[in-house]
Amino acid sequence: MVSSVINVDDLSASYQKNKVLNDVSFEVKEGTITAIVGPNGAGKSTLIKTMLGLHPKLTGNVSFWDSPFKTAKKKIGYVPQRGSVDWDFPTDALDVVTMGLYGKIGWFRIPSKKDKEKAMNALKKMGMESYAHRQISQLSGGQQQRVFLARALAQDAELYFMDEPLAGVDASTEKAIMTILKELKSNGKTVLVVHHDLQTVPEYFDHVLFLNKKVYAHGETEEVFTKDNIATTYGGDMQWVGKGDQYVIQSTSH
Amino acid sequence: MSYSMWIILTASLVGLSCGLIGVFLILRKQAMMADGISHTVLLGIVLAYMVTQEVSGPAMLIGGIFAGILTAFLVQTLSSLKVRHDASLGIVFTSLFAIGVILISTSVGNVHLDVKHALMGEITFIPFTTMDIPLIGSIPKATALLLLVLLVVIFFIVAFYKEWKITSFDAALAASLGIPVIFFHYLFMTLVSVTTVASFDAVGAILVVAMLITPAAAAYLWTDKLIVMLFLSGGFGVLSAIIGYWIATWLDTSISGSMALATGCIFFVTFLLSPKHGLISRLVRPAELREEQEA
Ligand SMILES: Nc1ncnc2c1ncn2[C@@H]1O[C@H](COP(=O)(O)OP(=O)(O)OP(=O)(O)O)[C@@H](O)[C@H]1O
Ligand SMILES: [Mg+2]
Repeated sequence: MVSSVINVDDLSASYQKNKVLNDVSFEVKEGTITAIVGPNGAGKSTLIKTMLGLHPKLTGNVSFWDSPFKTAKKKIGYVPQRGSVDWDFPTDALDVVTMGLYGKIGWFRIPSKKDKEKAMNALKKMGMESYAHRQISQLSGGQQQRVFLARALAQDAELYFMDEPLAGVDASTEKAIMTILKELKSNGKTVLVVHHDLQTVPEYFDHVLFLNKKVYAHGETEEVFTKDNIATTYGGDMQWVGKGDQYVIQSTSH
Repeated sequence: MSYSMWIILTASLVGLSCGLIGVFLILRKQAMMADGISHTVLLGIVLAYMVTQEVSGPAMLIGGIFAGILTAFLVQTLSSLKVRHDASLGIVFTSLFAIGVILISTSVGNVHLDVKHALMGEITFIPFTTMDIPLIGSIPKATALLLLVLLVVIFFIVAFYKEWKITSFDAALAASLGIPVIFFHYLFMTLVSVTTVASFDAVGAILVVAMLITPAAAAYLWTDKLIVMLFLSGGFGVLSAIIGYWIATWLDTSISGSMALATGCIFFVTFLLSPKHGLISRLVRPAELREEQEA
């Protein structure tokens, strides 16, 4: 039996008085790769932040390997939305990747040579080693995304949360990132990815979570990735661009 | 040491501490917070005076820390109650400052504190109030306080260097790694407060903002490395102090005002010359390269 890595029970969260997550419950099994889909403003980023204790929850419970986030955090890696940081910050790619290791380095110590090597290896994996000492504002959007991915790899976590890692990247970066995600999965890691391109969901992910304030459907891609579920989750916000059996959907609020 | 040497040393200490702290103010996008705290520490100083009945360094520091944390806390609270962040800051710092002004002009007004002094500072009087420190000898009180604060600032920057870096760059990642982001926010505000309080006597509340922001803003334009930015900013702060003293002697005018003017000059020169963002490097760069960069 595959054990469950994440247990979310009755989770709700709000910004001031605006409830953006309502009674969200789901369970994620080890070694799976799950797409979190839903329209803009559905609360996908908020869900991740709330699960990681970055945003306060109103009700409910989240546990990782049957223990609270605090005890599990060393095994969890997080890739925020690319726009969430200031890319003009005076630092280079290698340094950003090294930051992924800060939790393990401990107080009053600076990154060792070994840490730097680890970070460099992660950059290599993302095909970014020649950009290691480039200032981060001088990287393209796709390269910045690769740096973020490399940082998560350096963390060497068991469970990864990634917020739109494929947003605004070209085909080759997308391929590179997906190769890494598949590799993580085959190494028994668990990955949750906020994803916008419905077309590629069946190809990339084995599980899907439909989210729009609440969970509309969750399960194995073959079972739950249906027109019906897509339509109810996206509501009036979407229009079909029918192409036979293909799911080609445009979210009008995009 | 001669009278003018003490003044230059004191001014340089202000430049150095403010320059170092300023780097993180800029990178954490909290320049406005410095403006706020520079005003609200006045309240802290007045309260400290009312409690202890004397103008002593340690009491002022504690008062300043209290005011700084109170400011940060109130701004945070108001923001979380749906008030816009900039508005919260405006409300909190003017209110606390007003309380400070009222207290000064009623209960303690005629004694050692006056508003003009607090706002403008008076570095020329600093060498007259001295204290004895074992081994070093007689040294102006304000200078000793600044030296202490500089050591504290350097200690915290060095001890938590990687924490400052990650909480400034990516607070969400820091929090997910278990680094106490809120704690570092308040610790930082405390450092801003003590730096401001210690600089008060020398440059006053208004000009301390210039010392906090301008050298760091200039340093930001010269480099891509945090560590270099820290050295540059501290260096610019000291340079401003020296140039400022020189201008003041030359024109026979306010030293603190001249120091602030010097930071402005350094920023202006930076703006013209800096390799990456400077006006001149933009003008002399060949057109194709420029297009490539802007594309
Ligand atoms: N800091 C904030 N303050 C107030 N409201 C917020 C804040 N962040 C998000 N919201 C609101 O919460 C809701 C959910 O936002 P969230 O960022 O989780 O959506 P999302 O699904 O990640 O959207 P996207 O696809 O655009 O990234 C939105 O309606 C948004 O307006
Ligand atoms: Mg989002």
